Amino acid sequence: MQQVLNGLTLGSIYGLVALGLTLVYGILHVPNFAHGALYMVGAYVSYVIMVDFGANYWLAMLGAAGAVALLAVLCERLVFNPLRHAPPIHDKIAAIGIMLFLEALVQMHWGAEFRRMPTPYTGIVEFAGLTMPAQRILIIVGAFSLMAVLHLFLKKTMTGSTIVAMAQNREGAFLVGIDANRVAMMTFAISGVLAAVGATLFAPINLVYPAMGHLLIMKAFVIIILGGMGSIPGAIVGGLIIGFAEAFGGFYISTDYKDIIAFALLVVILSIKPTGLFTKGVR
Amino acid sequence: MNALQKISDFFMTPAMKLIMIVAALLFPFVAGNEYQIYVMALAFVWAIAVYGMNIITGLCGQLNLAHGGFFAIGAYTLAILTVDHGWPFWWAFVAAGVSGALLGFLAGVVSLRLKEHYFAIFTLCVGFIIYLLIDKWEELTHGALGIINIPAPSGFGLVDFTETTPFYYLALVFMVLSIWLAARIANSLLGRSFRAIRISDELAASLGINLMRNKVLAFVLSTTYASVAGALYAGMVRFIGPAEADVVHTFDMITFLLVGGIGTLMGPLFGTLAITWLTQSLQFLEEYRMIVFGPLLVVLVIFFPRGVVGTFLTWRGRRLAAVQETAKKESASEKKPQPNKAVTPRNQEAGNHA
Repeated sequence: MQQVLNGLTLGSIYGLVALGLTLVYGILHVPNFAHGALYMVGAYVSYVIMVDFGANYWLAMLGAAGAVALLAVLCERLVFNPLRHAPPIHDKIAAIGIMLFLEALVQMHWGAEFRRMPTPYTGIVEFAGLTMPAQRILIIVGAFSLMAVLHLFLKKTMTGSTIVAMAQNREGAFLVGIDANRVAMMTFAISGVLAAVGATLFAPINLVYPAMGHLLIMKAFVIIILGGMGSIPGAIVGGLIIGFAEAFGGFYISTDYKDIIAFALLVVILSIKPTGLFTKGVR
Repeated sequence: MNALQKISDFFMTPAMKLIMIVAALLFPFVAGNEYQIYVMALAFVWAIAVYGMNIITGLCGQLNLAHGGFFAIGAYTLAILTVDHGWPFWWAFVAAGVSGALLGFLAGVVSLRLKEHYFAIFTLCVGFIIYLLIDKWEELTHGALGIINIPAPSGFGLVDFTETTPFYYLALVFMVLSIWLAARIANSLLGRSFRAIRISDELAASLGINLMRNKVLAFVLSTTYASVAGALYAGMVRFIGPAEADVVHTFDMITFLLVGGIGTLMGPLFGTLAITWLTQSLQFLEEYRMIVFGPLLVVLVIFFPRGVVGTFLTWRGRRLAAVQETAKKESASEKKPQPNKAVTPRNQEAGNHA
């Protein structure tokens, strides 16, 4: 039962990060390798706002979301937009370039050491014989409410619908007069917000360091391959699958190889079914 | 024909190859100190791996992000066989190449069923699995401690490869062989098939090219290059650890490839040497080199996606085309058909592979 909770915690964070990745992929068909770096920058911004400025946890989350959204939009404008007609290999390399740059920059400024992010929610909740750290509950509740808000935004608002329209059919979206630039910028901003919030939620039970995004981004990629690239429910379900697989695998098999489970799962699934689990149609 | 044109023509002549080889042979005599020779030898070893990456990524157009992993597989195969099992160096060296090819075949058969982004992401994961296995499988790889006291290549009593200068020549020989083989592949039917696949899967398939077989072959060739380079690296540095499999090395190699010119023959060598010496001369860059390399990658793919060598070749091709054009006009105005000696299309095409 404890493992279910752990799986749910991991899964909701993975889901949040994968969601940002899948949104960007759905719109621009760019696998944004820099997404993990955005996540890491989000954690550092929250850390700085909380520790150096002594601000409140929620204020820090808000600040990080704003800063990373801005950074993501900047990446879109400066890098991905000029490359939109280039061969696909180019934007992958450019995304790697952004990732390397952000990581090196953070490492130069803050050093490579691990930092612990403070959180106001250190208590432990006892419920039905289960002990649950408050931060974990916050993560689960926070992540799922953010997903719900995103879902409402995409389904119920006009701006949200333009994003969905772009993802479904580019030419069709152009025909009905959707401004591709605006949608692209907005998508990057949303993915930045998701990454920053995910980082601020997760960092207190993890640690903050320059390479913190590496493993996460790779798992997020595994998730969106499993869930079908560009699919929003796929990202959430995939996130939970990987989260549970890791929680149970780490408990029953070996904590040493915990991180390998996601990748092994990917290899096995893609060897059997190269199109991913939930994809419809080609690829 | 102006001076610039003459210089650019000179770069394409066989004499240039000779000059480069002679320069490489003389380098240890003009180098200021042993350290410079060491750096150069190390750059040669990396260049071999980058040539491998050029086959799958440059020729065949599949971004392989597990390349650093296969480099480490070569290094570890050599180290485990020589240190733990007492194999002689050269037998272990051959085994390293074979293990790189075999594991590359296995990884390739699975990963090449995926296309483009899926392939890149999948290989990134493969690279990470290799890293994690090396780091955690302590019984086999000594885990985070790494493997020390790897023997240097045996010189059969004639040469001592623990010395820097003999090793430099050994690395040079392997690198020249690699470039020669890469050139043979690039200009063969096989290389043309690879290039057709890069342009479009559907196009290549409609020409009767077996996609899977060619892609797997390109992948196996590239992983063999990587593992041979890794084995040489282990014999040179003589200490290896899990950091060898770090994805950072793959990104380094992408930078080398992109700076030099992706898909060109001399690009990998040029990029590797240029960046290696740039980081060496700017020592403070060593740790934070990615602050420069990251934006460099972005700027290169946006403005110079063909790298230094590729940009040169494009520029030269345009000039030649212009010369050809004016020659045509002149001959047309003189109303006298002249054999056009300036350029033939065959020349231009050959230039594209240089």
